Amino acid sequence: MKHVKTLNKTNLKKTAAKGGCSECQTSCQSACKTSCTVANQKCEK
Amino acid sequence: MIHKYSLNGFNIVLDICSGAVHVMDELGYELVDYTSADMPEKCPDEAYNALNKFSKEEIDETYSELYELVKEGLLHTPDDYDQFKGKMAPAPIKAMCLHIAHDCNLRCDYCFAAKGDFGHGRKLMSYEVGKKAIDFLLDNSGSRTNLEVDFFGGEPLMNFDVVKQLVAYARSREKEYNKNFRFTVTTNGLLLDDDIMDFINKEMSNVVLSIDGRKEINDALRVSPNGKGCYDIIVPKFKEMVKRRNGEQYYVRGTFTRKNPDFYEDVMHLYDLGFDQISIEPVVSDPQISYSLTEEDAERVGQEYEKLAKKIIEMKKAGESINFFHFMLDLDQGPCAIKRLRGCSCGNEYVSVTPEGDIYPCHQFVGIDGFKMGNIDDGKIDNELKAEFSKANIFNKEHCRDCWARFYCSGGCNANSQQYAGGIFNKHEVSCLLEQKRLECAIMIKAALAEDEE
Ligand code: SF4
Ligand code: SF4
Ligand code: SF4
Repeated sequence: MKHVKTLNKTNLKKTAAKGGCSECQTSCQSACKTSCTVANQKCEK
Repeated sequence: MIHKYSLNGFNIVLDICSGAVHVMDELGYELVDYTSADMPEKCPDEAYNALNKFSKEEIDETYSELYELVKEGLLHTPDDYDQFKGKMAPAPIKAMCLHIAHDCNLRCDYCFAAKGDFGHGRKLMSYEVGKKAIDFLLDNSGSRTNLEVDFFGGEPLMNFDVVKQLVAYARSREKEYNKNFRFTVTTNGLLLDDDIMDFINKEMSNVVLSIDGRKEINDALRVSPNGKGCYDIIVPKFKEMVKRRNGEQYYVRGTFTRKNPDFYEDVMHLYDLGFDQISIEPVVSDPQISYSLTEEDAERVGQEYEKLAKKIIEMKKAGESINFFHFMLDLDQGPCAIKRLRGCSCGNEYVSVTPEGDIYPCHQFVGIDGFKMGNIDDGKIDNELKAEFSKANIFNKEHCRDCWARFYCSGGCNANSQQYAGGIFNKHEVSCLLEQKRLECAIMIKAALAEDEE
């Protein structure tokens, strides 16, 4: 494409079907303890 | 639904529900306003009229690119996540914050633990209480394998023998229960010695080292009971600690307040000291207090985030790296949508236990009236309150339902909302403004680095 550059082609919705196992870290445990930032957590699968 | 913004010369269009991120030229960025999920194959006349500074050919070409993205499910993806609402239910408890010491050897002014004791007097957790808490976690974790335990305070190193015993106890039960414990500790560093460092490095998957940045900033608020700043004592210890961990799995973590809106300098100071895993975060405090950040400060703080983002790009391009916690973002392999919808899970999958054995939804709820969920002594927990917390997700927070950042922020901090906005389902405006700004910066960094890859 000439006018658009797409950085990622993953589709979030597809991750919903198999997701939700809760084996990953809860967000407040990684560093902050004062705010919720989920997107920077790692998936364990 | 999309979110578009221009930052640092990049025109960015985020397709909210698929998570796709597009960087567009000026034409694409303007033309996208004339597109939608059910856009016709042919560009509408109003677009030609409005964008008449571009040629018809260019517009057609761009329009068909956008059309293709819609067809591919990467633009204007409809929000049909309601089907996953059922997954936002009470769940096993798999993470626990152990308040190993409600006591502290510092008296940091902004501490939400009310100077270390959470407002309920100084107290250390006994081994018996800690052991019962571990048992409680084992018994309530259902089929979850990975169990996280944070040693928190106050200052957990003031009760480190109990920490050691509890780690040993938890490890001794892992096999039988088929669990994998992951420990973390948050410390102000004063008591770090060889022995403690080695233990932490052997047993803990992450360590959070508290320091605010420049000496004068750190020492203004992070002070000992006699008012003396702690910078000179902790810096050498933190350096040694990180060296012994091979520079991995740690964060130096600080707080900025209204008094240092130039926290960029603090991040860079920490970097200059040799730390590259850095988390510097906005203070959350009563708006009446002089150093509290309010909505008025959001713009100034936003500029500082931008400055930092630009610096990080420059550094990455030069082969240096700095991992700023709040800019961490993996556009390809972040957490699943369910986790993003659920949010922080406090009071549902995550709880805090005080030295008295009282159970609270999380460390920031400790001591707040009406939020005690039970006590590990009888192991009973208020399931109504747990169910209430399981509802604290973006479906039930009015302000989050349509927020473009909902799949990244996941609904914000319930404790902040409770304390400063009057309820866990309410909006804490300044937190949202800052969160959105951080995300815009984080995505922009990706755009800038992708450009360089070409
Ligand atoms: S481990 Fe992965 S799939 Fe499981 S809840 Fe976490 S992000 Fe979702
Ligand atoms: S930024 Fe605010 S409105 Fe948006 S998801 Fe987070 S808490 Fe909700
Ligand atoms: S309510 Fe706030 S402090 Fe508590 S776990 Fe959630 S994000 Fe963290």
